Amino acid sequence: MSGTISLKIEFGGGLELLFSNQRSHRVTIPALVPAASSSSTSSSSTAQTAQDEAGAEKKKPADLAYLIFWLRDNLLKEREELFIENGTVRPGILVLVNDADWELEGEGEYQLKDGDEIVFISTLHGG
Amino acid sequence: MPPRTCALCNDARAILKRPKTGQTICKDCFFYVFETEVHNTITEAQLFKRGDRVAIGASGGKDSTVLAHVMKTLNERYDYGLELFLLSIDEGITGYRDDSLETVKRNQEQYDMPLKILSYDELYGWTMDAIVSQVGKKNNCTFCGVFRRQALDRGAAILNVDHIVTGHNADDIAETVLMNIMRGDIARLGRCTSICTQGEDTIKRSKPFKYAYEKEIVMYAYFKKLDYFSTECIYSPDAYRGHARAFLKDLEAARPSAIIDIIHSGEAFEIKEDVKATQKLQQTCIRCGYMSSNELCKACTLLEGLERGMAQAAVTDRARKKLDAVGPTPDNLRQIPMFKPPSSVQSSTHTTAAVGT
Repeated sequence: MSGTISLKIEFGGGLELLFSNQRSHRVTIPALVPAASSSSTSSSSTAQTAQDEAGAEKKKPADLAYLIFWLRDNLLKEREELFIENGTVRPGILVLVNDADWELEGEGEYQLKDGDEIVFISTLHGG
Repeated sequence: MPPRTCALCNDARAILKRPKTGQTICKDCFFYVFETEVHNTITEAQLFKRGDRVAIGASGGKDSTVLAHVMKTLNERYDYGLELFLLSIDEGITGYRDDSLETVKRNQEQYDMPLKILSYDELYGWTMDAIVSQVGKKNNCTFCGVFRRQALDRGAAILNVDHIVTGHNADDIAETVLMNIMRGDIARLGRCTSICTQGEDTIKRSKPFKYAYEKEIVMYAYFKKLDYFSTECIYSPDAYRGHARAFLKDLEAARPSAIIDIIHSGEAFEIKEDVKATQKLQQTCIRCGYMSSNELCKACTLLEGLERGMAQAAVTDRARKKLDAVGPTPDNLRQIPMFKPPSSVQSSTHTTAAVGT
């Protein structure tokens, strides 16, 4: 099993404007990530290893919650408050995992698999 | 988590959890349930009659695009016998409206409906860009909303339609209820949950998506791959509605049925008799003939304020008195042309049965 996961990310409903005005992205993230969920800005796992707390560093499979922070740190170009709020996506942004509502997959706790397609659609605009 | 099966057909993979009911359903069941609920809203409220000419207020955004699609689908599926039109208003907001109008033109081809575009510039002589440069970024939504309302009626009169439908969804109506409570606007609070509004001299206006959640509209558009324009109006970030919307979104996250429940509360409001007595009666504007609570309708008042270089003065009643104190209205100001309702509004009441009965 390789140490990374390849994902296809799509942004819609105007969100693409925050991500270099690009709707489709292909990203690669580590398969195992630090278990302590943090709201600090550390992005790569090597930086986290250097700062880890006393005792063994716990790892968990990468999940959607981690991906959201990863996107903020690596792809988001501006106005992070329009994407992330209180450790998750801002209310009003829909998340689809392989064409299914993320609420069916456990939201942030869904464990990512290689080749997954994640779609973020904003509903926060005029109709 | 194991893949779930649709709660309705027990066959296909579930792709959505409905906020309204908590059901997990598949794509095809979702389409059917969504469309059927709108159909039920239409028939229960007896909105249309066979042969009605209906203008769909189309902005190119998600709600109006889905509305055009669903109206066309239901009209064919249940044989409503309606003639459908697209009506679009160009407020003159560079970078926002001009792009979304391109989407409406594409919608016209995709849904094969006649399209009419009416602009603030041709009707009032002022684009929103010009208005904002005079008024600033606060209260500019007041101008836009008031002008748009009249513009839709005038466009509908030109098309000679019986009915206007707009894409207002459940979230919008819940936000409006909250806003009216927060601002103490009793008159509006009593009216804002009506699915169909009509004055004596104005065209019927309905909201078939009154009970449709914004989330479901977006999901519908996504799965049906409908073409829509999705950017926030550049002037909206300072709008008061933003507060109500943020609050509502947080409420929805905690308890998804909150949206429908707020609408239900709004529908149940009844205004006390002694408060009702203080509400103004409806009359017609002495300048342009449109419906009004005062001698001059809001649009004429706002336009006069703009023309005389005192735009802020026209927004509230108190400020209006200040405007009058400055002096009488000069004779040579630009005015809105006289409003003539379409023949359907002037004729006597219809007796044919409503669609769906």
